[in-house]
Amino acid sequence: MALGLCLLWGYGGMLSFGQTFFFGIGGYSYGVLATNFGGGGMTLVALLLALALGALAAVILGYFMIWGRVGGVFFGIVTLSATLVLAFFLGQTAGPEWRIGNARLNGFNGMKGMDPLTIPWFGDSQIYFEGTYLFYLVVALIVLVYLGLRILVNSRFGNVMVAIREDPQRAELLGYDVRKYQLVTFVIGSTLAALSGVMYTSWGQFIAPSSIGLPAAAMPIVWVAFSGRSDITAVLVGSFFILYFFQMITVHSQQAALVLMGAMMLATVMIAPQGFVVSMTRAIGRFVQRRKAPAKQA
Amino acid sequence: MAEFLQATALSKTFGGLAAVSGVDLSVDEGEIHCLIGPNGAGKSTLFKLIVGTYAPTAGSVLFRGENVTEMQPSARVRRGMSIKMQTPSIFKELPVRQNIEIALQHHVAKTDLAREEARLLALLDLTADATKLAGTLAHGQQQWLEIGMALALKPALLLMDEPTAGMSTEETFRTGELIKSLNSQGMTVLVVEHDMAFIRQIAQRVTVMHFGKVFARGSISEIITDPRVAEIYLGKTHVA
Repeated sequence: MALGLCLLWGYGGMLSFGQTFFFGIGGYSYGVLATNFGGGGMTLVALLLALALGALAAVILGYFMIWGRVGGVFFGIVTLSATLVLAFFLGQTAGPEWRIGNARLNGFNGMKGMDPLTIPWFGDSQIYFEGTYLFYLVVALIVLVYLGLRILVNSRFGNVMVAIREDPQRAELLGYDVRKYQLVTFVIGSTLAALSGVMYTSWGQFIAPSSIGLPAAAMPIVWVAFSGRSDITAVLVGSFFILYFFQMITVHSQQAALVLMGAMMLATVMIAPQGFVVSMTRAIGRFVQRRKAPAKQA
Repeated sequence: MAEFLQATALSKTFGGLAAVSGVDLSVDEGEIHCLIGPNGAGKSTLFKLIVGTYAPTAGSVLFRGENVTEMQPSARVRRGMSIKMQTPSIFKELPVRQNIEIALQHHVAKTDLAREEARLLALLDLTADATKLAGTLAHGQQQWLEIGMALALKPALLLMDEPTAGMSTEETFRTGELIKSLNSQGMTVLVVEHDMAFIRQIAQRVTVMHFGKVFARGSISEIITDPRVAEIYLGKTHVA
């Protein structure tokens, strides 16, 4: 989710509050599909379909925003609205009439009981992704996504993406159809959020509207801003540490963790607008250079 | 044969103000055409209508026989136009080299990229500054960098809006020589300009605009000897 937002915001210049929107679409789609398909190898199909649904939603939302020339702060407002609409909608689906096939949406309490991700293996054996296996799968996915994004931002496509962030008009006048590039970027970033949603749902066998609403929607922005939106490595490292500490504090007090999150956001804006991880890396770089310089003179 | 670039009855109104009204402009293949006129004459608006950053209120633009009136700027660029804006519009936060690369990569194969990049940097006299951020260059160099980015597209028609704004006399002269040498290699050039010395240096044909309309057109020698042109530029007292 954070890596996807980094791509959108840091490289593409689109501040999206919609990461949890796609997280929710991915998570709920997986839940509904996995429940209806039954467990086993079909959960893999549920995963792929959930991703496709997330991507489709991104194409539709992105098309209207980008072709409608929604830009800057309004991009954030529209994506936030979509997120809140989805969260409120799912929140009122408590009644028994809100079901898709065998899957009840369960309103504010959330869906549960869907089968975790399973991959059919040779012969009759299957690999369940629970506990440690799921952890390794997630780590592998993060590495894959990270490497994929690295290749993407260093490619010609990445070059154009950065050009559009810097000056969309100039990019247009160099012959690039800015809207197409923005839409592709938006779909990639959003589909990554849907992937997080699927993995989250598969891990806890549970998803609720609170994973989508305002407090949740603000989180990825805090992670990315704090880490430094201009670099995916910084976002990866930063988000890992933030979440690690966040979990440690949450055990004692959830309120304290949220307050700390807010304080971190403020501190980022006031002290290190480029993000702490990026700023710290630069400071260390300068320090090392300074140490080297006198050594050369001597 | 259809004209190379043909604008017919182009108009653009902003609210009640007609910035450009009923302008016909034709540019022949292989010429350097200059668009001049006093401040507020509608030159830049006309320029933006041709480029496609403004949609016209009425009229049409034909480029190489194709109607491009409804096209996005990017689509026009892919058909062979290339644009240098009035204020240097470059990627200021990116290194000079990456600026050139973004302009080049559209149509240059990966294997030729480095060679083309080096050639352009040398042409622009920016080889030594290739790793600097574009925003840290001197103003004249930024203008050159943007000209270089426009050239990287290997355009058939180069459109320039006041390319020498803010340049020193020497830089202006060098820019003029660069434009002439590009033209001698077959590039058609349309320039919007204020600087009469620069226009004398490069122009073959000139269109003069005044109050959103075409005021006069002709060869450079006809235009500079036209007393009416001197009048709108300098005021009546100077002519008398």
